Amino acid sequence: MSFFLFQAGLAAYLLAAAAYLVFFLTSRNEVRRIAHGIFLAAVLLHTVNIVARYVEAGHTPITSHHETVSFFAWSLAVCYLSFRWRYTVKNLGVFVSVPVVALMLVAAFSSRAILPLAPALQSWWLPVHASVTLVANGFLALACVGGIMYLLQEREIKSKRFGLFYSRLPSLETLDKLNHHCLSVGFPLLTLGLVTGSIWAKQAWGAYWHWDPKETWSLVTWFLYAAVVHQRFTVGWRGRRAAILSIIAFLSVLFTLWGVSFLLEGVHSYAA
Amino acid sequence: MPHDTIVLLGVNHKTTPLEIREKLALSSGYEEPLRALGQLEAVGEYYLLSTCNRVEVLFTCQDVERARAQVLDQLFAGAVPDEVLDRHVYQHRDEAAVEHLFLVAASLDSMIVGEAQILGQLKEAYRHAAKSGCTGFLLNKLMHKAFSVAKRVRTETRIGASAVSISYAAVELARKIFGDLKDKRVLLIGAGEMAELAAEHLVGQGVAEVVVANRTLERAVNLARCYDGRAVGLEEILGQVQRVDIIISSTGSPDLILRKEEVRSVMRERRNRPLFFIDIAVPRDLDPAINDLANVYLYDIDDLHNVVEMNRTERDREAVKAQRIVDEERMKFSRWLENMESTPTIVQLRGHIDRIVLGEVAKTFGRLEELPEERRQALERMAAAITGKMLYPTLQYLKNDHHCLPLEDRINTVRTLFLLDDNHGGPEAS
Repeated sequence: MSFFLFQAGLAAYLLAAAAYLVFFLTSRNEVRRIAHGIFLAAVLLHTVNIVARYVEAGHTPITSHHETVSFFAWSLAVCYLSFRWRYTVKNLGVFVSVPVVALMLVAAFSSRAILPLAPALQSWWLPVHASVTLVANGFLALACVGGIMYLLQEREIKSKRFGLFYSRLPSLETLDKLNHHCLSVGFPLLTLGLVTGSIWAKQAWGAYWHWDPKETWSLVTWFLYAAVVHQRFTVGWRGRRAAILSIIAFLSVLFTLWGVSFLLEGVHSYAA
Repeated sequence: MPHDTIVLLGVNHKTTPLEIREKLALSSGYEEPLRALGQLEAVGEYYLLSTCNRVEVLFTCQDVERARAQVLDQLFAGAVPDEVLDRHVYQHRDEAAVEHLFLVAASLDSMIVGEAQILGQLKEAYRHAAKSGCTGFLLNKLMHKAFSVAKRVRTETRIGASAVSISYAAVELARKIFGDLKDKRVLLIGAGEMAELAAEHLVGQGVAEVVVANRTLERAVNLARCYDGRAVGLEEILGQVQRVDIIISSTGSPDLILRKEEVRSVMRERRNRPLFFIDIAVPRDLDPAINDLANVYLYDIDDLHNVVEMNRTERDREAVKAQRIVDEERMKFSRWLENMESTPTIVQLRGHIDRIVLGEVAKTFGRLEELPEERRQALERMAAAITGKMLYPTLQYLKNDHHCLPLEDRINTVRTLFLLDDNHGGPEAS
């Protein structure tokens, strides 16, 4: 059941990304509406897929690599929708749907077997810690996407050579607001994820902090974002610098998610 | 009976220099001149439009020359000598007047083609006229048509979306940097035509405040008054740069008036909020290196020219499309107007035939007194149906387009056939 829902969701995301791309190239408004409708349908299918998997597995489906990446894609999609609900950012859709599709493809190609839950993970901290962290990642990914768009638009305005992006991307201020919004939601969530993880570690393994690679890299990521947020909210760093830092910090998020799991060993190694 | 002639009189930025436009502008608002026009007996429906770039009055009348003289006398008496007025005022009639109004509404006649402000001003002017009861059936229809033409042009062409002049390009850039311009402040350094144009356009976008700095404070004060803004001295500029977001510089100064280091020091206190400099002075007022600072964007006149050139081909294409829409709508409106000519004949003809038929029916009923009510009604319905069917071809003949026969001839034919122009208004039912 959840298998078919996942396939359908993936197909719908692909279609939405294609439609967003057509809108990006042609700027026809009716295409945008269609793309958004398909994207909404895809998110719904994906949501039902996650619920169905929860029922099938009997635990929160954020433990295997497939589940984690799929949930990450879902968070990014939902963060996008939540932002879109309040602000309009022209052509953000294409920049979000492409990474969502990429994440879904990664999830599709990893093993979908439902693994029995390790005893250490059998706790209600699992849904709290894992989902909070991944939703935080969703917002931080959106900040990164906004940062990329900002740099593309800024380069054309600054160099006074207008190409593909000038008329298609929104104003710099809008993109900077996107960065501000995503950081001010994503960073507290990331902090919360770190704190809940630490409390859970105390319960499961008897110590708040193990210095295993995943924890260490999470801390590095946290410090990077703390630096962005601090500079942003006190000194008034904005625009280009905030965009670059958001992109670098997000690379650290990705490394924490994948690099650590595949390159380094640690207590988190059974989870992605 | 022909409908009244539609006449449009006006001066705009193309025909009339600013010194004269200033004198003709209706500075006291619409109420008073509208009331004054209402007292003219030669004028039917009318409305007035007064903006920075144009003063126009549109009215309906029977005797064009008399109405024109009365209107000009009433509105502009004493402002400028008559011969000056005659040289600058343009006059359009009927179709040409309709077309001109549509062009104005669609912003094809504007100084900055495609700017959106004019439609708002037009609506405002119409609202005043309608409120004071100066407009009637014809003008209401015409004005609403003008609004919908403007809307069509805006949605079906991208004339409003592309940069159509230097100042428009500047505004478009500002929108790409700041998004919404509603809470942004503008600083004008020096006052030249280009700078004023750009400022006017920014005001059209609803910027919060305009500050004017000039070498002679008097000029600055005068200009600031135009935009409800403030005037400052040239030496206060750096302090102002801290507060404003968009700076348009166009002084005649041979030296740079702002350098990179000065702007850098201000950026810290601005907490890096973006700054957009537009340098339209030749030689340049602003240090080109300012563009290297983070969150600061500097465009000089050549950069803006390049932006405009980029959009030119598209603009030309869009302007042709927009002109086609205006032509199309003008023709539609003319047809409507023409058909209005036949309305009195149609009304008269209907009344005339009804009178005959009802008269005959009443006579017949007089002879059939014992006829029950429902039969009576059935007979009346039959009579009405026959009238309708018999009249149908004639009415179609009047309403539809006949490419070979002008409407006037057709009206005459019908009037002759049915004896509508007889002294007694047609043969009495006897």
